[in-house]
Amino acid sequence: MFRRFAPLLAVLLVLTGCATRPSDTDSAAPPETGGTFPVTVSAPGAPAVTLDRQPQRIVSLSPSATETLFALGAGPQVVAVDSASDYPGQAPKTQLSGLSPDPEAIAAYRPDLVVVYADTTGLADALAKTGTKTLVMPDAKTLDDAYAQFVALGKATGHQAEGESLARQAKDDIDKIVADTPKPARPLSYYWELDQTYYSVTSATFVGQVLTRFGLTNIADGSDPAASGGYPQLSAERILQANPDLIFLADSKCCGQNAQTVAARPGWNTLTAVARGHVVALDDDIASRWSPRIVDLVRTVADTIADAGA
Amino acid sequence: MPDTRTRLRAPVLIVGLLALVAVLVSAVLAGASDLGWQRVLAEMWAQVTGGQSPLSAREAAIVWQLRVPRVLLAAIVGAALAVSGATFQGVFRNPLADPYLLGAAAGAGMAATLVVVLAPSVTGWVIGPLPPAAFAGALGGVGLSWLVGRSAGGGGTSTLLLAGVAVASFLTAIQTFAQQLNTQTIRQVYTWMLGGLNVSGWREVAIAVPYVAVAAVVLCLSARLLDVLTLGDAEAASLGLRPGRIRLVVLAAASLATAAAVSVSGLIGFVGIVVPHVVRMLAGASYRVVIPLSLVGGAAFLVLADQLARTIMPGELPLGVVTAFTGAPFFAWILRSSRRRVS
Repeated sequence: MFRRFAPLLAVLLVLTGCATRPSDTDSAAPPETGGTFPVTVSAPGAPAVTLDRQPQRIVSLSPSATETLFALGAGPQVVAVDSASDYPGQAPKTQLSGLSPDPEAIAAYRPDLVVVYADTTGLADALAKTGTKTLVMPDAKTLDDAYAQFVALGKATGHQAEGESLARQAKDDIDKIVADTPKPARPLSYYWELDQTYYSVTSATFVGQVLTRFGLTNIADGSDPAASGGYPQLSAERILQANPDLIFLADSKCCGQNAQTVAARPGWNTLTAVARGHVVALDDDIASRWSPRIVDLVRTVADTIADAGA
Repeated sequence: MPDTRTRLRAPVLIVGLLALVAVLVSAVLAGASDLGWQRVLAEMWAQVTGGQSPLSAREAAIVWQLRVPRVLLAAIVGAALAVSGATFQGVFRNPLADPYLLGAAAGAGMAATLVVVLAPSVTGWVIGPLPPAAFAGALGGVGLSWLVGRSAGGGGTSTLLLAGVAVASFLTAIQTFAQQLNTQTIRQVYTWMLGGLNVSGWREVAIAVPYVAVAAVVLCLSARLLDVLTLGDAEAASLGLRPGRIRLVVLAAASLATAAAVSVSGLIGFVGIVVPHVVRMLAGASYRVVIPLSLVGGAAFLVLADQLARTIMPGELPLGVVTAFTGAPFFAWILRSSRRRVS
């Protein structure tokens, strides 16, 4: 059977081998909008990537990066974002997954730059075979990491000036909000809820560091804030005994939690935060991303503190 | 008939119950928050006598609304899993049978996952969507296994077991498929699958108590029948019993208890295997001994395990992990020492 078709197969192989193809990237290169290329960029804690020319077809698999790209004016270059990137509204949302990225599905968008938050599956190597560069934007560990990512994304997309000004603006805004927030008479404590089984964050996390800047103490810290990778599961007993002044809910959108549901939990009505109305239902997405919207989170925290301190 | 010397003697049961009470009280005295056991004791005394308590309203809430229901729930879940394990082992005449056999765990996991994926933020539920879904799923899994086993004919225990394996794989596949559709929910389901009691109060106790109590009564009353079943179906029939019907009743009771336990605690392994075995090694193999002592022993074991789960680390440790960590080596040690004694 195979022998009869072998010559045909050989012909087909030769034909495809000789075929000329339209180029994916050169055909419709829009005018350059700025920046100097080639350029080498990297986020803190990630390998450096050299881009020879301004990327025109970007796939973003990180919700934080998507928000940043649109904030710095690289939105028109973004051709696809992952299923969790839901902001801003005009982002071209697809079924792509940032958690287990599929190189073939990504390549179908003919990207020249792919932005992910982690490359644990050899994505960069796989994409390199199709001539695509991969930029890793890992979880920001500090506010400075987040600012550095704004700058890096600006540089990589030909919006260097916008990236730098976005970082400067965010830093100035946050510094000003922190400085303008009145210091409470006594230090306030807070509980940050990630889900209804009382997973929380310590001061060792990105969010924890942001809140530390306001002089708040975190009830999840214990003797070692770095324990459990900064994301320990607390017991209800421990939360009640710690009696936090403020409760921030990062599980309002996902899990329908709010001040009423918290007050209805057994024993929680005895908490200072519940009794004084300092239970804040946050936007889960803003509370978990290191995008320019971090300023909104900082403002919400500041308002809560001003309210509680007064 | 099994040796009548292995009939449960009153002193053994009384000692077991006293030990359980001691475990329960000590579990209430110490917990994740450091209230001081003397002060908790004073609070309990004040509750009884109507006197002055040293605890603040918040500390009292910790004791009465968190710790006491959690300890009771651990006891109820432990008793349910252990007695179900003993029953499954008896019915299938397989010493390694456990309460999650016949698709109970797979059904609960699938239903919980589907609820989390399809209706993530349902807030109208009285107790949250997971417990009722897990309960229905566990019962559904067992029911499906029974139907498949029945339609396959044969009616013997091995047909039922194989049907359970097939049903469990199928339900697990549905669960995996649903998780792939929505990777955001993996954490929530994963946390639940590890098993734990940290989000539990009187409501969960009220959910679990009726089912487990009914199952416990049914199984205690059926203990003699289980003893007969261990002789084989032909012998049971020759004694005027109907093995198929007995098996259906006790399996239904054990499944109900398992489903109730799973719905409030997630999947907690090893209790159903370890506790009945230890009871058999210490007190004999008659089900008139194993059933009641498994209830008491399972309760005490899970209260102790939960005590470790909530105090061993600064955060919580998943209870299912603790039962596997403590249960497996303990089991191996008992096995070893009993073997040595026999040979």
